Amino acid sequence: MLSPQEFVTDLFNPALSFLPKALFVALMSSAVCGVIGCYVVLRGMAFIGDAVAHAVFPGLAVAFVVQGNLVLGGAVAGVLTAVAVAVFSQNRRLREDSVIGVFFVAAFALGIVIISRSPGYAGSLQQFLFGSITGIPDEDLYVVAISSAALLVLTFLLHKEFVAVTLDRESARALGLPVFALDLALYIMVSVAIVISVQTIGNILVLALLVTPAATARLLTDRLGVMMLLAPLIGGFSALTGVYLSWSLDLPTGGTIVLAATALFLLAWTFAPRHGLLSRLWQLRRAAVHVHHAGHPR
Amino acid sequence: MTALSVQGLNVVLGGRLVLQDVDLKLEAGDFMGLIGPNGAGKTTLLRSALGLVRRSSGTIEVAGAPISKMRQRVGYVPQRHEFAWDFPINVADAVLSGRVRRVGWVRRAGVADYRAVNEALARVGMTALRDRPVGQLSGGQRQRVLVARALALRPSVLLLDEPFTGLDVPTQELLTDLFTELSQEGQAVLMTTHDLAAAMHTCGTLCLVNRTVVATGTPDALRDAELWRTAFGIRPGSPLLAALGVS
Ligand SMILES: Nc1ncnc2c1ncn2[C@@H]1O[C@H](COP(=O)(O)OP(=O)(O)OP(=O)(O)O)[C@@H](O)[C@H]1O
Ligand SMILES: [Mg+2]
Repeated sequence: MLSPQEFVTDLFNPALSFLPKALFVALMSSAVCGVIGCYVVLRGMAFIGDAVAHAVFPGLAVAFVVQGNLVLGGAVAGVLTAVAVAVFSQNRRLREDSVIGVFFVAAFALGIVIISRSPGYAGSLQQFLFGSITGIPDEDLYVVAISSAALLVLTFLLHKEFVAVTLDRESARALGLPVFALDLALYIMVSVAIVISVQTIGNILVLALLVTPAATARLLTDRLGVMMLLAPLIGGFSALTGVYLSWSLDLPTGGTIVLAATALFLLAWTFAPRHGLLSRLWQLRRAAVHVHHAGHPR
Repeated sequence: MTALSVQGLNVVLGGRLVLQDVDLKLEAGDFMGLIGPNGAGKTTLLRSALGLVRRSSGTIEVAGAPISKMRQRVGYVPQRHEFAWDFPINVADAVLSGRVRRVGWVRRAGVADYRAVNEALARVGMTALRDRPVGQLSGGQRQRVLVARALALRPSVLLLDEPFTGLDVPTQELLTDLFTELSQEGQAVLMTTHDLAAAMHTCGTLCLVNRTVVATGTPDALRDAELWRTAFGIRPGSPLLAALGVS
């Protein structure tokens, strides 16, 4: 296994120029996914994230077949799905999860059909599904940097409106907030965050980047501001650890990043100050001792 | 001045006529109880008054202007389960969220907003708990947060959906006193409730609804047992009628 110093040396080795690029994309996308994932976790829309992640696939496939820009192709498909989900789920007879179930499997199926038309598709299929750190074109670095910055700015600007809608949709509507437009904006932001992450993490695992760091942060704090700072830090740390381990042990990058994030989640779940397993057991024990004393007055 | 006026309101939900030809007027300073059996359309009436329900016909006016232009003048306190209590937010910030439109797009809350929040918290007696996460509050404390959130707008009309359900007597009394004070200060308060005896005792006017307005008036003017039978389907000689002081 490589030591961290050797990893740093490799990062600056011109022959391995794909490595710092991959690290940059992984760090940016996991940080952005961490921030946006806070809304996903708090609104219980993990399933929408999943839908968009799968729906991005036909877009990537089309871009691949016509040799276009993958990020752009994925973004178009993801946003289209997000809009479809938002529109169709306004009809309250079908619950959101059924609508999503219909669309994302269909989109994924479409992606498989499209990509099967291109020669040598097995290799690229694997790359799409599980991510890869090689072959990130320079132009994607700009796309990732710019869209990350745009997402963070938008989050900052729309934060109080997103909070109001999440707290209580009816009252938000009564106040005159455009609830549908805000939902749509959030879905689109989720799609873009997913698209910029798909390259390194892969289509199947990207959901973890959206949900796991934010869920971990939620366990650690009862304050939204703190949660939205912790989640990107946790995501970024997982990305760093994941890229390092995958490089030095020759493991798949996406899987390693996700496992790193999951390890942090399990740590938080066990040791978190108020909501963790140990502190809950401790509280139970203290309560039991109290009852015991109360029950046997001397 | 007419604070809230509902005229000729018809609402169809799921293919059924849920509200039919409803007329309702609230003057500034009124404290009106909206009562009726389950499924009578009380919640639907409040939501229509807020412009949240598609109306087949009818007009809703607040201080003489259509509701769509007057949203900032109407405070709404929904039933407690409408709010995401597991959200990581403290009491003061939850109350501040009621002013999100007043603060405006892209802006941050300013001194006036925090002053309104402090005032609202003081009125409901929640100042001491302002930094507590909302998930750690009791039912009564949660209800007071929702009332404070509506008051933070300093509305001229306050609409409350079953604010007393599941509350203990001291909290009910605290809120009743608050609503009475607000109406004395000139707000129009409209509240649905299933506590008929308390409504008879505290509300200046009562409105009996069952798909349409069966009767409106002061509690004294509604002592005709027949009205209560049509509104609620209470059988003659029911002890409830006696308890309400209705002959
Ligand atoms: N979204 C909806 N779709 C179809 N019907 C609805 C819908 N919401 C309410 N209804 C119907 O409208 C009628 C009035 O409901 P509403 O909730 O206004 O009654 P309520 O007086 O508030 O009752 P409760 O005392 O139980 O709260 C009921 O018959 C209900 O079944
Ligand atoms: Mg109701």
